[in-house]
Amino acid sequence: MSGAALLVLADGRFPAGGHAHSGGAEEAVKAGRITDAASLEAFCRGRLHTAGLVAAALAAAAAAAPTPSNSDAAADAPDALPRRCGWPPRRLGRQLMRAARATWPDAELDSLAREFPKGAHQPVVLGLTARAAGLGAADAAYCAAYESVSGSASAVVRLLSLDPFEATAVLARVAPEVDRVVDRAVVAGLRVPGEGAGVLPSASAPLLEIGAEAHAGWGVRLFAS
Amino acid sequence: MHLDHSPHGPSAVSADARRADGARRALRVGLGGPVGSGKTATVAALCRALRDEFSLAVVTNDIYTREDAEFLLREAVLPPERITAVETGACPHTAIRDDISANLEAVEDLEDEVGPLDLVLVESGGDNLTATFSKGLVDAQIFVIDVAGGDDIPRKGGPGVTTADLLVVNKTDLAPYVGSDLARMAADAKAQRAELPVVFQSLRSEDGVREVAVWVREQLAAWTA
Ligand SMILES: Nc1nc2c(ncn2[C@@H]2O[C@H](COP(=O)(O)OP(=O)(O)OP(=O)(O)O)[C@@H](O)[C@H]2O)c(=O)[nH]1
Ligand SMILES: [Mg+2]
Repeated sequence: MSGAALLVLADGRFPAGGHAHSGGAEEAVKAGRITDAASLEAFCRGRLHTAGLVAAALAAAAAAAPTPSNSDAAADAPDALPRRCGWPPRRLGRQLMRAARATWPDAELDSLAREFPKGAHQPVVLGLTARAAGLGAADAAYCAAYESVSGSASAVVRLLSLDPFEATAVLARVAPEVDRVVDRAVVAGLRVPGEGAGVLPSASAPLLEIGAEAHAGWGVRLFAS
Repeated sequence: MHLDHSPHGPSAVSADARRADGARRALRVGLGGPVGSGKTATVAALCRALRDEFSLAVVTNDIYTREDAEFLLREAVLPPERITAVETGACPHTAIRDDISANLEAVEDLEDEVGPLDLVLVESGGDNLTATFSKGLVDAQIFVIDVAGGDDIPRKGGPGVTTADLLVVNKTDLAPYVGSDLARMAADAKAQRAELPVVFQSLRSEDGVREVAVWVREQLAAWTA
């Protein structure tokens, strides 16, 4: 664990494009599945244990041993990662890449950017960013797992005019589960160099994926996802 | 991407004046200002005035629709591949100031796909008087207000009115109907902006955008000098 650099990377104001995304929350609000703090909490819990876990494991793997093309391909394999758990991963990967290279200049990031000029998967970029920042696999997993819920919570503050204190209290209540998800993700991520990407968790969230597809077709929306 | 050819690392990821191939990138001009003041109308008029002289593209930032992009497409001010809409997650000023990644990506994609470009106009979603563009996104910014929003807006000031490279007071044709005192607006703007230029225009009149187009040509001349 490396203190302040982790805070810089995990800060919601880190300029990597996340502010325009709700992680599926906008669709869930419209469908009536998120109406208040309690249903936001249930939504966040679902995201955390599916999209959050997968992203955290990928980020941990990339942070531990960068074989970016392998892990990027693993992220694309349909059975390994639900491709659209409510974020458009490559677009956000490209945006994170820009911010990361400006913030922590690094040869590994440069070569990943060359290999994927239109963006590598966001959790893979996140893992390499953590390395560039001098952080470890657990730090990368923390960023991925936390961001899997924090973005949706702040989006719901705007979508439902939910009391911001209540939304933050939701994140605090989910925090112990974030810790457990990170533990699992790190164990899996650290096995990747020896055993291959097949050991990564592949929890999927079909409703989030269907919702993301539907949301992408809306004519009027506040968030990009 | 710019960085790969930069000998000194990624200090200027977004503001680099040169593209990866060494060519000078397009001048980027931002248009901000309150909702409905005439930003899109000014963009459309500028495109018509300048498109035969320069290679142009437009990025719009709608708050929750694609109206601005669709208006420009409907009016056929530019071919469709030269107009891109960015989604801003309910927070238009964030997308032009605090986290500019989606807008930078849109600008660079336009340059890659339809380039070489001389000028990219970036229209902000309608916002409040404090919304300004980051210098990492645009080289110059125009703040558009109108006479119908109240003739005390120049006196109220704020970063847009005070610091924009050009202040446009639009819809002067409506001044008699809404009781706005143009002389007072001019005096207040002068007091807020000292030597920075102010243009009063009506896009309802023949060649109403002429003065703004002259200003943009000056910016372009300085950029390519
Ligand atoms: N009378 C008059 N109407 C104008 C003028 N310029 C624009 N309008 C009208 O004002 C309305 C708003 O103009 P837009 O260009 O869409 O304003 P905008 O600043 O882009 O608005 P948002 O993007 O929604 O913030 C439209 O109906 C325009 O036709 C003008 O100079 N005079
Ligand atoms: Mg507009």
